[in-house]
Amino acid sequence: MADQTLNAQGLNCPLPILKAKKALKGMGAGQVLEITATDPGSVADMAAFCNQTGNELLSTSNEGDVYTYEIKKA
Amino acid sequence: MLDDSQLENAKSMSIIVTKGTLDWAYPPFILGTTAAAMDVEVTMFFTFYGLVLLKKDLDLGFSTLGNAAMEMPMMGGHMKMPNMLSMLPGAGSLAGTMMKNLMARKGVASIEDLREAAVDLEIRMIACQMTLDLFEYSKDDMIDGIELGGAATYMETALNSDINLFI
Repeated sequence: MADQTLNAQGLNCPLPILKAKKALKGMGAGQVLEITATDPGSVADMAAFCNQTGNELLSTSNEGDVYTYEIKKA
Repeated sequence: MLDDSQLENAKSMSIIVTKGTLDWAYPPFILGTTAAAMDVEVTMFFTFYGLVLLKKDLDLGFSTLGNAAMEMPMMGGHMKMPNMLSMLPGAGSLAGTMMKNLMARKGVASIEDLREAAVDLEIRMIACQMTLDLFEYSKDDMIDGIELGGAATYMETALNSDINLFI
């Protein structure tokens, strides 16, 4: 279960990343953020963001036009 | 924010921002804010026409002149924007309004939003002192929290940065 959710649907690059960063900033280490987005570019970008920042991308899933990510804060 | 040990290992990037039209304002602000979100220390140096991007009141337009490859989506197709359009009075602000509407529809951030994010993410923003003097602006015309500096200030930053971009 996610500790916090973020709806980034309808937003284009780089807003899903910027909003994810902002949400993670207010969370504690080990907490999980669930993000939903509709930007297909966010698939590659969310992985790159997590690789670089050390936050763990627990899962990426896709249903219709919506992408869902679970990120565990480092 | 980063602690001391992370700061020592932090990557850094500098961007020289030289253009202040709506279209050219995007690359530096998108890359700058994204890099900062990825824990990169970012410095943006605003010089010449890029300086207007630090003004309190942003009123950005752009010109179809010289943007020969530009095509706007229109009625299911794409329409070329002939150079001649730019000769019409008000074309720059009209094109700017059209582009802003298109961007809002597509969920693209406004430059105002990205600049606010840049401030939130503690991006170091430096206004070129020489350009301020040249175009007769004062620091009061610009948003709060910026620094003033010149070429040497930029060089000192650039020499210590992992990535240096000129846009």
